[in-house]
Amino acid sequence: MLNINNGAAQIKREILVRIAKLQLAGKLEEGVHYIPREMAPRNSEPRRCCIYHDREVLRLRVMARLGHSVEDYDDEKKLAEYAKEALEREKPTEPMLTVLDDACNACVRAHYMVTNACQACIARPCMMNCPKKCIDITGGRAHIDPEACVNCGICMQNCPYHAIIRIPVPCEEACPVGAISKDESGKERIDYSKCTFCGACMRECPFGAMMDKGQIVDVIRKLMEGKKVVAMYAPAIAAQFRAQPGQLEGAFKAAGFHKTFEVAVGADITADKEAHEFEERMEHGDTLMTTSCCPAYVRAVQIHAPDLIPCVSDTRSPMHYTAEMAKKEDPEYVTVFIGPCLAKRKEGLDDPHVDYVLSAEEIGALFVAKEIDIGECEAIVCGQQPTASGRNFAQSGGVAEAVRVRLKHPENLRPFVINGLDVAGMKQLKAFGKAAAEKKPCEANLVEVMACPGGCIAGPSVITNPKVASAQLKKYVEKGI
Amino acid sequence: MSEKIKVVICSGTACFVMGASEILLLEESLPEDLKDKVEIEGATCLGLCKDSKNGKAPFVTINGEVMTEATLPGVLQKIQEFADA
Repeated sequence: MLNINNGAAQIKREILVRIAKLQLAGKLEEGVHYIPREMAPRNSEPRRCCIYHDREVLRLRVMARLGHSVEDYDDEKKLAEYAKEALEREKPTEPMLTVLDDACNACVRAHYMVTNACQACIARPCMMNCPKKCIDITGGRAHIDPEACVNCGICMQNCPYHAIIRIPVPCEEACPVGAISKDESGKERIDYSKCTFCGACMRECPFGAMMDKGQIVDVIRKLMEGKKVVAMYAPAIAAQFRAQPGQLEGAFKAAGFHKTFEVAVGADITADKEAHEFEERMEHGDTLMTTSCCPAYVRAVQIHAPDLIPCVSDTRSPMHYTAEMAKKEDPEYVTVFIGPCLAKRKEGLDDPHVDYVLSAEEIGALFVAKEIDIGECEAIVCGQQPTASGRNFAQSGGVAEAVRVRLKHPENLRPFVINGLDVAGMKQLKAFGKAAAEKKPCEANLVEVMACPGGCIAGPSVITNPKVASAQLKKYVEKGI
Repeated sequence: MSEKIKVVICSGTACFVMGASEILLLEESLPEDLKDKVEIEGATCLGLCKDSKNGKAPFVTINGEVMTEATLPGVLQKIQEFADA
């Protein structure tokens, strides 16, 4: 897995901070044009062939941060115009992902390659074992005929010099549902009818070509207009920063938010309802129920494992219940969910209670732009205190455990956790779906699924190393009631 | 025994947003021979981010020397240099 704090991620965050600073100063339209030049100044070391290429790619990255699809890019249109459109928009636009062609390396199709380490040995296990007989040895080196090769990898497994390597296409490999493929020009395209918005491609592309579309401009605008903007932060966000209890609330207040809601309170509602639903379903003779709080998982089932649809719990997500609570308190609230998740952006767009979804990177950038240091913020005691188990939703296994502790007979629960929806995870889902459709009893009666390995604390827009985040989450959970 | 090499990792918000959490894994990343020669301290905001002349976050100081755009491998290398000196 690519390190989450890589160079491409840092560029993205620097752009976010610059955009936020300009907008807060009321200078977004006039200043946005200079961001690419300031970030790739003359005489600086280019990342690509030259600073002009760097600047062009930066322009497109700025566009995505402003919330636009870069596929709509118009050479003649200035960034200022894109900024103006962003400032006038009332709703974020679909799809949630966009592909930056000019950053996409157009990685060659995944294939096997013979490297210089080849010794053209006499045993020739690569040639001898190739089922397609597509390897020959000429000029002191093995050669693979790309036309005949079927990418089985047997040559690589048999080479005693480890001279044969596999060159993958990282975004395609990361996608668990085969939604990414090349077009005629070799650039990657996302099939949005298959995409679950898990964000794995975004996390894994070494060129940062897969991008989410930002909503930071929309939220800052609402804050500057003096609207009652409320922050609803996911438990995974509490794990992103180093802070004493209440300081994150203090930071939201300093950033201009009217009020803060802990989504862990919504998680308690989800867990209560889910535990109740589980008991009901089991009484009715169901063999299996799955959790429903991970939106990438729910979409994966709907599109790719329809047999499992009846088993997905009807309970809504913690975000939904929190937003509903906020809107009930005051319908004028502008509700902003803050989390590390891309699929939540889609879920938020489809949920009338949720106005905006900010990523962990975006809220971090807003704090930096406003020079808010969380460690120096006053601690504010929030309204309702969530339970420890509600706060632990952010970690794999946390949801199933929250359901278990709420059951009348916890010993009846046989949980199974799918920790990360990769290709193997998708296979497990399909197997569970098949068993459920045939009414066959499974080893498990409650399946928890987290699309991100480790849970939300390893979501695609996190800023904190998941190992560190896990330790910070633990402290946050322990303070729950 | 000589004094320990003192590493201060800024854990202010600006540094965290730019990836300082990676450097907090320093302790477990230290090679065996350096483990008891280094003193690690996580600090609240050192204030270096306030002035762009100081360079870019994340910031770390090693024996008082400021390192900008710090990374875990970069910090490890600098510690090694101090240890070898």
